[in-house]
Amino acid sequence: MNLPAANANETDELLAARGITKTFPGVRALDDVQITVLAGRLNALLGENGAGKSTMMNILAGVLPPDAGEIFLAGQPVRFVNPRAAQQAGISIIFQELNLVPHLSIAENIFLGREPRNAVGLLDYARMHRDTRALMAELELDADPRTAVARLRVGAQQVVEIAKAISFNSRVIIMDEPTSAITEHEIKVLFRLIKRLKERGTGIIYITHKLDELAEIADDIAVFRDGRFIASKPFADTTRDEMVRLMVGRELTDLFPKTTTPAGGEMLRVEKISLRHPERAGDFVVRDVSLAVRRGEVLGLFGLMGAGRTELLQTIFGLHPHTATGEIWIEGKPICIRSPRAAIDAGLALAPEDRKGEGLVLVHSVAENTTLACLEKISHFGLLQPARELELVGRYVKRLGIRTPTLHQAVRHLSGGNQQKVVLAKWLATEPKVLLLDEPTRGIDINAKKEIYALVDELARSGLAVIMVSSELPEILAIADRILVLAEGRVTAEFARGAATEEAILRAALPNSRN
Amino acid sequence: MNRKSFTEQLARFQSFLALALMVVALSLASHNFLTVDNTMNVLRQISINLCLSLGMTLVILSGGIDLSVGSVLALSGAVAAGLLKNGLALPRFNLLVQFTMPGAIVAGIAVGIVLGWANGVAVTRFKLPPFVATLGMLSIARGLTMLWTGGFPVTGLGDDFGRLGTGHALGIPMPVWISAVLVVVFIVVTKRTRFGRHLYAVGGNERAATLSGLAVPRIKLMVYTLGGGLAAVAGLLVTARLDSATPNAGLGYELDSIAAVVIGGTSLSGGRGSMLGTVLGCLIIGVLNNGLFLLDVSPFWQQVVKGFVILAAVAADKIGSRLE
Repeated sequence: MNLPAANANETDELLAARGITKTFPGVRALDDVQITVLAGRLNALLGENGAGKSTMMNILAGVLPPDAGEIFLAGQPVRFVNPRAAQQAGISIIFQELNLVPHLSIAENIFLGREPRNAVGLLDYARMHRDTRALMAELELDADPRTAVARLRVGAQQVVEIAKAISFNSRVIIMDEPTSAITEHEIKVLFRLIKRLKERGTGIIYITHKLDELAEIADDIAVFRDGRFIASKPFADTTRDEMVRLMVGRELTDLFPKTTTPAGGEMLRVEKISLRHPERAGDFVVRDVSLAVRRGEVLGLFGLMGAGRTELLQTIFGLHPHTATGEIWIEGKPICIRSPRAAIDAGLALAPEDRKGEGLVLVHSVAENTTLACLEKISHFGLLQPARELELVGRYVKRLGIRTPTLHQAVRHLSGGNQQKVVLAKWLATEPKVLLLDEPTRGIDINAKKEIYALVDELARSGLAVIMVSSELPEILAIADRILVLAEGRVTAEFARGAATEEAILRAALPNSRN
Repeated sequence: MNRKSFTEQLARFQSFLALALMVVALSLASHNFLTVDNTMNVLRQISINLCLSLGMTLVILSGGIDLSVGSVLALSGAVAAGLLKNGLALPRFNLLVQFTMPGAIVAGIAVGIVLGWANGVAVTRFKLPPFVATLGMLSIARGLTMLWTGGFPVTGLGDDFGRLGTGHALGIPMPVWISAVLVVVFIVVTKRTRFGRHLYAVGGNERAATLSGLAVPRIKLMVYTLGGGLAAVAGLLVTARLDSATPNAGLGYELDSIAAVVIGGTSLSGGRGSMLGTVLGCLIIGVLNNGLFLLDVSPFWQQVVKGFVILAAVAADKIGSRLE
């Protein structure tokens, strides 16, 4: 095993995890993986979406218990029952979604849960503010400790998280894509900070998609793929090409037999779709995206987390009428879509990424969910016709192979795959022309995935135009007739089926932080 | 087995069972209970709460709450009574507009509809939490009632109007007829119309409803408007029954109405429940009050018992869903 620890002094090994395995219902998230952090070094953890990086991080931070495997802290085996235990042992984690209490001050956040108290048992604000000021000075953050965290920019909030980690005397700090939401200047500050943390002997695990950043900060890299450990080596001994090659190469255990349909006329065309960032003025989530999809075609949209895939579909579907610009044509006719209702009337359908939060009314039945977007079809003189409803729902349940004891079953009792099929049933019942699918196979088991692939294929054959967003390379290669790659809100590449390779797609999807 | 409707039936069955047990126990304990007169009495007494609770059920199913119904009831009743008795004086034009009975009734209901609509606008347009929006309306409508009446009851409204509250048709009191018709209408509305289905979806998952193309704000606006209108109907019934619109009418009625909805198995988080459950909830509260009265229990104890019934109903519901 080419572990970097092999030639390092044993005492330098701050944190080591070996044989870590974690299974969620239907998914093996981690399978016998390992990672090591050395004192004063930064280990960059790389991998595609779904490689298991987040799960690993959550296990190291005591958020999730591993099913198997061991964690050693400075050579001693440890087992964390909760995040607090991990924190007290010296492991801090800085999540992408920062964990600060917005309306408390910087000092109150840093000392949350272990506030210093004075002789009579009241909070010792003088000491809290003094200590916080010292930390802030060290981290070059020019802010009053009494400032409410909500009033700080994201970059500054991140510094507060790091200050909190330092105040715990953390020997290991785990950072999850820390540069994804901060400005160029803040990135520079962060990198200086990382250098100083390393000089103090802190070990860092750094999760990122931006390979360009690594040259400035990384000492080692570790690559995960499909929940398995692939490689680990000093950063100096690798190249960008090699890293990309290590990250790709996932296999669909059973290759999906795609039928190719001759594409028909153009169904949907969008021109220069842009979406302004909700918070950062002058910044865009989607930038000048133009695309077209034809009858019978499956257009795959690949992008990493934060590439703007979901937002692009939402914009087309009329969910951002006030912050988006661009033009949309359906079957050659220009059309104005400023609400989901208008989108549905125009023949669009969107199966959202967050199935439970956005796709379904979980407490309602299969039947009620299926007909929600097409109630006019089962109404007669304004009254719903239960018999017609059951007939229509029965038809789609059969066509999609939804496994449910009855049509009146609440969808929350169904498996993820069947829930996803109910979402599809709802949209097919509106008889759309264009189907927008956002990560339709996320979190469902392999057999349900195959059923969804077959279904998408069949729908295309029956004359629908399909745009499918996916962050899984093998999936998109198997199912798409054509692939567009998004990175940082822009289209960075287009591949015809057959011309695409995993490496080429991933290379186009990796953001260039220095452009 | 059809699991959703099974649990729903179970919840309904629980309230039904509770009601049946109460009826049996009370008819054994008091021979005055199970008589035609007393039954009509109970039904008439609950008809006011029933009108309010139908509207409250709509609001709660949509994921909201309406605390203003008691005050809206008072203002609607007072406006109808005032217009019927005194007309509307417009000194600037040196004009006195007299109102016929139907005119006064329409005006009263219009007041409820406008106030309900205002609640809806506050919730949908100004994005106020329903609790806060309707709490404001609770105070505003009560204050307006005081202003309109000068703090004194408006009495002497005439026999025609009084019959609305005290009259009978086919031996059944008018308020019972009116509330029964409304019950049927709103059962159909919730179970058999698109609006009803949309309402459940908005309460069950607002985001999913929006993404399915539902006009969520318009649905909510409609819900609060209907709630106001139904409160106005209740206001007219109270006023007609007492032949008097008192400025303190309907004080605290919102709580009885929420209690009936909750006892009837409707979830306060929205999306689940039924009109029929609410009817049972109203009956349970009505029978309870009546029975304790017949048994000569102090009205103060009635309050205590009602409180326990609410807790028991919701606890039973929770246990039921955990068993599932």
